[in-house]
Amino acid sequence: MSADKEIKFSDDAYALVQKIIKRYPEGKQKSALIPVLHIAQAEFSGWLSAPVMDYVASLLSIASIEVYEVASFYTMFNLKPVGKCVIEVCRTGPCWLMGAEDLVKYLEKKLNIKDGETTADGMFTLKTAECLASCGTAPMMQIGETYHESLTLNKVDQILDDCRATVTEPISHWSKKEI
Amino acid sequence: MGRKLLTENINVPGIQSLSVYRHQGGYETLKKAVGMTSEAIVEEVKKSGLRGRGGAGFPTGLKWSFLAKPEGVPRHLVCNADESEPGTFKDRYMMERIPHLLIEGMIIGSFALGANSSYIYIRGEMMYVLHILQRAIDEAYEAGFLGKNILGSGFDFDLYVHCGAGAYICGEETALIESLEGKRGNPRIKPPFPAIKGLWERPTVVNNVESIMAVVPIIKMGGDEYAKIGIGKSTGTKLISACGHINKPGVYEIEMGIPVEEFIYSDEYCGGIRNGKELKAVVAGGSSVPVLPKSLILNLANGEPRLMSYESLSEGGFATGTMLGSGGFILMDEDTSIVKNLWTFTRFYHHESCGQCSPCREGTGWMEKLLHKILDGHGTLSDVDLLWEIQSKIEGKTICPLGDAAAWPVASAIRHFRHEFEEYVTNPQNIKKDHHYYRVNNISPEFA
Amino acid sequence: MPKVTIDGHSIEVPDGTTILQAARMIGGDIVPPAMCYYSTLKTSGGYCRTCIVKVTKGSEKDPRPMPKPVASCRTTVMDGMEVQNTMAPDLQEARKGVVEFLLINHPLDCPICDQAGECHLQDLSYQHGLAKSRYEFKRREFEKIDIGDKIKLHMSRCILCYRCVKVADQVCDSRSHGVINRGDVAEISTYIEKALDSEFSGNVIDVCPVGALTDRTFRFKSRVWFTKPVDAHRNCTKCSGKTVLWMSGDDVLRVSARKDKYGEVEDWICNDCRFEKKSARDWTIEGPRHIDRKSVISANHYEKKKSLKIDVSNQSKIEERAHNPK
Ligand SMILES: Cc1cc2nc3c(=O)[nH]c(=O)nc-3n(C[C@H](O)[C@H](O)[C@H](O)COP(=O)(O)O)c2cc1C
Ligand code: SF4
Ligand code: SF4
Ligand code: SF4
Ligand code: FES
Ligand code: FES
Repeated sequence: MSADKEIKFSDDAYALVQKIIKRYPEGKQKSALIPVLHIAQAEFSGWLSAPVMDYVASLLSIASIEVYEVASFYTMFNLKPVGKCVIEVCRTGPCWLMGAEDLVKYLEKKLNIKDGETTADGMFTLKTAECLASCGTAPMMQIGETYHESLTLNKVDQILDDCRATVTEPISHWSKKEI
Repeated sequence: MGRKLLTENINVPGIQSLSVYRHQGGYETLKKAVGMTSEAIVEEVKKSGLRGRGGAGFPTGLKWSFLAKPEGVPRHLVCNADESEPGTFKDRYMMERIPHLLIEGMIIGSFALGANSSYIYIRGEMMYVLHILQRAIDEAYEAGFLGKNILGSGFDFDLYVHCGAGAYICGEETALIESLEGKRGNPRIKPPFPAIKGLWERPTVVNNVESIMAVVPIIKMGGDEYAKIGIGKSTGTKLISACGHINKPGVYEIEMGIPVEEFIYSDEYCGGIRNGKELKAVVAGGSSVPVLPKSLILNLANGEPRLMSYESLSEGGFATGTMLGSGGFILMDEDTSIVKNLWTFTRFYHHESCGQCSPCREGTGWMEKLLHKILDGHGTLSDVDLLWEIQSKIEGKTICPLGDAAAWPVASAIRHFRHEFEEYVTNPQNIKKDHHYYRVNNISPEFA
Repeated sequence: MPKVTIDGHSIEVPDGTTILQAARMIGGDIVPPAMCYYSTLKTSGGYCRTCIVKVTKGSEKDPRPMPKPVASCRTTVMDGMEVQNTMAPDLQEARKGVVEFLLINHPLDCPICDQAGECHLQDLSYQHGLAKSRYEFKRREFEKIDIGDKIKLHMSRCILCYRCVKVADQVCDSRSHGVINRGDVAEISTYIEKALDSEFSGNVIDVCPVGALTDRTFRFKSRVWFTKPVDAHRNCTKCSGKTVLWMSGDDVLRVSARKDKYGEVEDWICNDCRFEKKSARDWTIEGPRHIDRKSVISANHYEKKKSLKIDVSNQSKIEERAHNPK
């Protein structure tokens, strides 16, 4: 996001935010914070800068610190810029039993980055995640809202190639559908 | 074949949609329910003996009867769809495949509790499931199962889905409520309990996805009928998520009371240990419950077969037993390093601690570091003793049960597999680099 | 009025009284240490777990003992309740554990800490701590930061008692600091460095039980035990104007609120009184302040403390790797 670009939701996103706020009782609009942060992350290049969080605070009439506190608590919110595809690889016990450690090493080697880093071309960010409720189809990883399950290294190659071939805009968990 | 109450229609093509769901008898139970009084519904749930499927196993009917009903204060039913307990994936499976069963259960439950608006709190990572639920909710509104004056009963009801954003602790019901209020997922200090002061300080019931779904067959068949299935105080059917080194990982609906051995080895369920290996250990109820060696998971200490039920799995206390927990069955074969597996769990609890209370905030990280030191071959016997002591100083001294959940796996691993820790600290040179991790299926390890 | 018995001492207390409050009414050694509870801050307490006690009888009606130790600051007394604190060796052991947890990542650089001599954690470790830390890994460290020109935040010393957050919520008109991140990397922060701009923000310094939030206008001038505390007041339009001046000769080195024997502020004071009125002429001096706390603010006592400073020099290299497992 360039510095001079005004921080403002698209009309669609703004309308959705208003709709979400109405799901909670009068005066409890703070409840909308997490869904709205997901939308903000999708709207503003996949991460939450301080000005974006301040904007969300103003939309919900709460203090900025209340947004920082929440955004920094939850692992799905990125507080620094990320690549277009954020790869979240599950590393917890059940996935570990099925080779998750190898999977992470493979991705690190293949992308030439470490856990938490972004490739030089800005395409991929690698993140390890804790159990994603997909242990029966381990090992697995998530990109955007998509679960990639029962992975083999060949499958991983394929997925990365597909990303390179098709992804031009950052993918977020919230896929701009209804929330 | 055991009876299937929740998964009976799960493979019917198109069951995600309202029309197919209705074709299979969906929403008929709702019609029955709105013709009953709310007290009568609570009574049926009580009679069914249904126990909370989220992990604690608290009787659902009793929980419902505790809900405070002060005049003029709205109440809420909140569905706990945060499913993040390692080894557990039944709720995702069910919501993805048969979303209307959850919605029907939510309407019946809310009707029984007198809640005019309720929420499904789903973990943020499952955003695609959220869209499936949202579509189903939209369909239900169109069909008149949600909204004003449902089925002419005079009952107005709105149902919303709310998403989290990555925090295991939000599965704890008061942390979930905080999160639903737009805050950090810090568990509340109890009392007050949610039944008195929950969401927005209003009386609230939090129930697991599976508990709420189970209400549908209970009302359909009657609480007494439901209670005939199962064994003792473990009534009905239970969804078990089975994973790890087995031939057939997946979600299985079992009648409570089948032998553990049957569950692990029969082709109807796990289908035995893969690659012809021996079973070494099992974590029976999600990562938080004590791990048991093969001998103690298949049989009680007195040699009798252990059964898949709340009581049988906990028989013997923590000395020789474990817990059914969330029904996340994690199976490990003979090549598994218990210490390394434990380390991934401890890292998990360290990562997921909310940080409010000192024993959990500080103790989980300390245990993780000690385990890492042991795995690295730099541990000593006194480190193993120290680990034991740290877990004992966390257990029971924290705000919420995450502290216990972090302590129990450590305690049980040392209790039942102390020799393995000792091997790591006395013969570190014997620890092959390979020994403690698994390869991605069928792929050569060359790159590593 | 429910009756409760703590370590053999019985007392009748008003409904809704917590075990900790009841213990304070009885007084003496049986009062559990409290690092996060603050009687004048709503919803405080429950976090640090130092105040845990053993309930051996729940109440007259339901005499069952409670299965786990409870936080005395957040547990209300029931009629007939029986509680053990100093009497229960296992409870003492459990508390030792809590204190150890609070200290494993604490820098324990008391000799260079502004709070030394009036630090509740120092007292706590003195009374309940182990002689030697069993924690061999690298301690968590944070940069010191200035939040505005009046307050210093030394996050490494913070025990996350949440008191300062509650002061901002309940005493100040707005809150610009809070807890960010989670688990053992949770920290008190403004997120983007800025000042706490409320007129009552200085009270966070007084409620902080450790040397995490300190008065920048006082720093480095003097050790607290070389100053002479006096009660003083002035006519203030914003607050009660009742304070303690920490003086050296005729100089006012620091102004703080008055605290009771549990170290709790009696009246919140405004930033004007605290930071701006540093001349004796601004004040009417009432007389010497009696500091009634377990910890004696004296150099002599402090010297003894120093020997308790835990030796962290033997931290080995492996911890580095354990700390960054990759
Ligand atoms: C750390 C922690 C995590 C939990 N995670 C979940 C969860 O993911 N899903 C769930 O249903 N219950 C979870 N629980 C249990 C809930 O607190 C609560 O007991 C449950 O949702 C009640 O529903 P039930 O009575 O239907 O089981 C968790 C509890 C703790 C302490
Ligand atoms: S036990 Fe852990 S997760 Fe639970 S409140 Fe304490 S720090 Fe938070
Ligand atoms: S905060 Fe207290 S215990 Fe910590 S270094 Fe300062 S004086 Fe010592
Ligand atoms: S800075 Fe001080 S008052 Fe604030 S949480 Fe930390 S220890 Fe408590
Ligand atoms: S452990 Fe990876 S999805 Fe559960
Ligand atoms: S004083 Fe009670 S928990 Fe901190």
